[in-house]
Amino acid sequence: MSSVAVTLEGVKVRFENMVLTFDCTVEAGEIVSVAGASGSGKTTLFNVIAGFEAPERGVVRVFGEEMAGRPPAERPVSMIFQENNLFAHLDVATNVGFGISPSLRLRSADRKRIDEALERVGLAGFGRRLPPTLSGGERQRVALARALVRHRPLLLLDEPFAALDPGMRAEMRELLADLHREEDNTILVITHHPEDLSKLSDSVLFLDKGHIVAHDSLDRFLKRRDIAAINRFLGNE
Amino acid sequence: MSNPLHRKMPKRLAIAAIALLPFSTSALAAEKTLTVYTYESFISEWGPGAKVAEAFEQTCECKVDYVGVADGVELLTRLKLEGENSKADIVLGLDTNLVAEAKATGYFAPHGLDTATLKVPGGFSDDSFVPYDYGHFAVVYDTEALKDPPESLEELVEGDPNQKIVIEDPRTSTPGLGLLLWVKSVYGDRAGEAWAKLKDRVLTVTPGWSEAYGLFTKGEAPMVFSYTTSPAYHMVAENTDRYQAAAFAEGHYIQIEVAGVTKNTKEPELARQFLAFMTGPEFQSIIPTTNWMMPVGETKEPLPAAFDKLVKPEKTFLMSPQEVAANRKAWIDEWLAAMSTN
Amino acid sequence: MIARENRLTIAAGGFSLGGILLFVGLAAAAMLAQGGGDGLFDAYLWRVTRFTLLQASLSTGLSILFAIPVARALARQATFPGRVWMLRLMALPLGVPALVAALGLIEVWGRQGDLNRLLAATGLAEPISIYGLFGILLAHVFFNMPLAARLMLAGLERIPAEYWRTSANLGMGSLAIFRFIEWPAIRGLLPGIAGLVFMLCATSFTLVLTLGGGPAASTIEVAIYQALRFDFDPPRAIALAGLQIVLTGTLLLMLKFVAPPPEEGETSGKAVQRFDGRSRLSRLADRIWLVLALFFVGMPFVAIVTSGMQADLSRLVRESAFHQALATSALVALPSAMISVTIAALMIRTQRLLLAPMIPARRRHRMPARLFAGAIGASTSLVLLAPPVVLGAGWFLLLRPFGDVARFAPFVVIAINALMALPFVHRVLAPAMASHAARTERLAASLGIGGFHRLRWIDWPPLRKPLFMALSFALALSLGDLGAIALFGSQDLATLPWLLYSRMGSYRTADAAGLALILGTICLILTILGTAGEQRSPEGPRT
Repeated sequence: MSSVAVTLEGVKVRFENMVLTFDCTVEAGEIVSVAGASGSGKTTLFNVIAGFEAPERGVVRVFGEEMAGRPPAERPVSMIFQENNLFAHLDVATNVGFGISPSLRLRSADRKRIDEALERVGLAGFGRRLPPTLSGGERQRVALARALVRHRPLLLLDEPFAALDPGMRAEMRELLADLHREEDNTILVITHHPEDLSKLSDSVLFLDKGHIVAHDSLDRFLKRRDIAAINRFLGNE
Repeated sequence: MSNPLHRKMPKRLAIAAIALLPFSTSALAAEKTLTVYTYESFISEWGPGAKVAEAFEQTCECKVDYVGVADGVELLTRLKLEGENSKADIVLGLDTNLVAEAKATGYFAPHGLDTATLKVPGGFSDDSFVPYDYGHFAVVYDTEALKDPPESLEELVEGDPNQKIVIEDPRTSTPGLGLLLWVKSVYGDRAGEAWAKLKDRVLTVTPGWSEAYGLFTKGEAPMVFSYTTSPAYHMVAENTDRYQAAAFAEGHYIQIEVAGVTKNTKEPELARQFLAFMTGPEFQSIIPTTNWMMPVGETKEPLPAAFDKLVKPEKTFLMSPQEVAANRKAWIDEWLAAMSTN
Repeated sequence: MIARENRLTIAAGGFSLGGILLFVGLAAAAMLAQGGGDGLFDAYLWRVTRFTLLQASLSTGLSILFAIPVARALARQATFPGRVWMLRLMALPLGVPALVAALGLIEVWGRQGDLNRLLAATGLAEPISIYGLFGILLAHVFFNMPLAARLMLAGLERIPAEYWRTSANLGMGSLAIFRFIEWPAIRGLLPGIAGLVFMLCATSFTLVLTLGGGPAASTIEVAIYQALRFDFDPPRAIALAGLQIVLTGTLLLMLKFVAPPPEEGETSGKAVQRFDGRSRLSRLADRIWLVLALFFVGMPFVAIVTSGMQADLSRLVRESAFHQALATSALVALPSAMISVTIAALMIRTQRLLLAPMIPARRRHRMPARLFAGAIGASTSLVLLAPPVVLGAGWFLLLRPFGDVARFAPFVVIAINALMALPFVHRVLAPAMASHAARTERLAASLGIGGFHRLRWIDWPPLRKPLFMALSFALALSLGDLGAIALFGSQDLATLPWLLYSRMGSYRTADAAGLALILGTICLILTILGTAGEQRSPEGPRT
């Protein structure tokens, strides 16, 4: 496996009132926080990597492979959103099962894997529950369990903790860090919270107005004072 | 018609406008008003209504007001629904099959006129209702699609089942009932068998005349059950001989349209005057080319040439209103049984 | 303040429900007081009932089976050119009178229709006969498949956007997406859609007789009409209408138990973009279904347009009879559509308030509240089963002690039309209002936004579109309707369909065809107004 997880070269996405360009390289095995003000292009960056948005031009490589024309499911990527990660009318085990087989053809060994994944995210015995009966944090952990059984080397998390209270956030951060250690995967996580950023990430990608303006190791990023947007984000006046 | 619906018109205004609608015709009435209930086509622009009203108003110093409903049967229903409070002075447009039921309501008064001079085939006379026109039922066919039309009811019944006919439903329409009575008049107790045979020739049974005639003119079937006068319309108004009525050897069943005075009319004299006018040459001359029916009295000029070309039945079938009223249900059941088997 | 407002809303909803029940009940009572009505359940009625259920079940099943792939294709292929016109076409059948549609269908499927002529050219002699059960089913699918597809499409478009991303990310195939995402969404809507379609088919009358081929194809509605026409036996008509309501009501209830309503999913309110349906095979399949639907629904309209163009349209639109009919139609349709939308909105809101989680559970689960809410739900749909002629006749009898009935006729017709549009309006408004309420009601309540301000700032902007759509629906229905007018109709109340029938009844077939074209055009304009802005907004950048 290449030691580089994601490479974006001259990627350009055009919207009616905005042009976004992305250039960056993410090392394999890192946890990278993606930060920036609302509307700076964080979700679009994820959409480009996951295959939900085809760039006008530029090259997207994940683990060295060119992604152009590859449908989302065939990329080595799992994605978790802020909410609606689970199909509300299907039970927890079924939702996790989709991570193993998208047509839900599951053998008994697969059922065991589902139970194990649920156990690892602290939801043993929740398999028969329906998503609306779970708390927000529990629902996100089910989504994590699904990502676990799916086993993709790159995990994209779009504000996964945004709807959670501080205690829950800390728990989820720890869970994520544990899983990262066990799985040795690469994680990109969009966050608005400097605390998430400093406790979780190895490095930080910072976006402003559609461009990646900084990509630093955590320590360097926290010390930066040269960019106004970063100062605003970190609360340095 | 860019924005015909006045989408911005406030609701209250619209309701007010509707409330005023029915008043608009009667608000400016002269001191005497004669209200005539009739079927809608009588008072449509090309119907006889306007000309009749104009001619009568010149003789009576009164005003004629029409209320038009869908057809003759609806006329009777409307009367039953309105009951004693109906504002009708004259009810014009029932046919003989409805007369017994109309009399049973008790809403009609004797007309007191001498109707002996009227020429109605089948010889209808009644103390409450005066005939004003008639037409014979007939099978109308498309000469371009059918070279040898049936020449008798029997030929229609026994004929090639691939030559289809559209008929009307006796449960819901006047011509449908007419055909039922015609078959009964000719076949008597064997009517059920006749229907069972005719069934294979019937393309479909429509709820009313309009649907049947629409299917016929669209070319879906070469024959339709209609009137001997139907070809006159096509000849006079459309200048085509394409559609013709078939003359049946057994004779034809007749539809006679009648009018009567209501018991509760506030203008009994004026109403009787109207009935007398109705059988006179003025009214009778208007009927043929507006109502497409045959006149029962003298007309001022001879009928248009097209009427000479129409089928003139030598024998006329007509059952008494009482007989129809007494047996209609049983005969319709017989028809249903015969037409519903497979 | 807000509590008071809620009480007021509930009271208004109660009034609406009471009004509807009173309107129907009084008409029934007046009819029953007439006497008569012996020997109701004979062999004839048994046969008619059996046929009603048979044709309505088959029609419903076929309409839904056809609607599912069409709705799915429309949902998946969200950007093809002409999609919006396809949606508009699908809204048209409801607005045309049954006779017009029947003649349009015959031009395509009839013995002399395009299809048979085409087949005859290939050497087959009259291979398709429309007359019989086939024709009835064809006509009912023509009317109801587009309705069902539109309602399903709305359901599919309410599926949260994340579902599509997740399924694409997981690589779910089109079969899996159908089984696990689309079908559950459609299944939840099915009892409502099937119930609506079933009711429309069960009460069908002109289509059944005209295309049925003979009296073996008679519905209960035919028997009702018969009872009111030649026989004039109001109690029998009421008994038959009662039978129709009980039978169909039981069926609907069973349907409700068979397919439970789905869990309410969270929605984000974002515009939806789907990632499936891009493979060559799914695109081909979707295209085939869409072309099929286009031809099936569109061809009869092409026929209506072609025969309409042969009429002397310029003379027709200058006639004063036409102007009057147009004005009368507008004056009847507008108030009835507005009443319908108002009542539906009030009743939906009331139902929600009664069952709202904000009300203490102790009271929410009390029987009266649940019964009340249930009655509202049932009345908005079952009202379709009350035949307009029966309602009209009842009110005629009721009003006659108060003088000339013709004077009340416009109001009765407006009320009946409003009632008949209610089920459709309800189906358009209810889902939109439910998701709107789910999104805003807590927030609005917590911020104390109520009364006019809530209407103006919270409710109106997002609900404007569904309200207009419901209004245009109701307008089109009311414009094309002859049911109530058939009985009350007089020259004072001559609407466009009335004029059309009257021209047909006087040999003026060309005029009738021209009027059908005009009526269709008006319905199309209404649909365009109702669906304005229905195109999806493009997805903007999101963080």
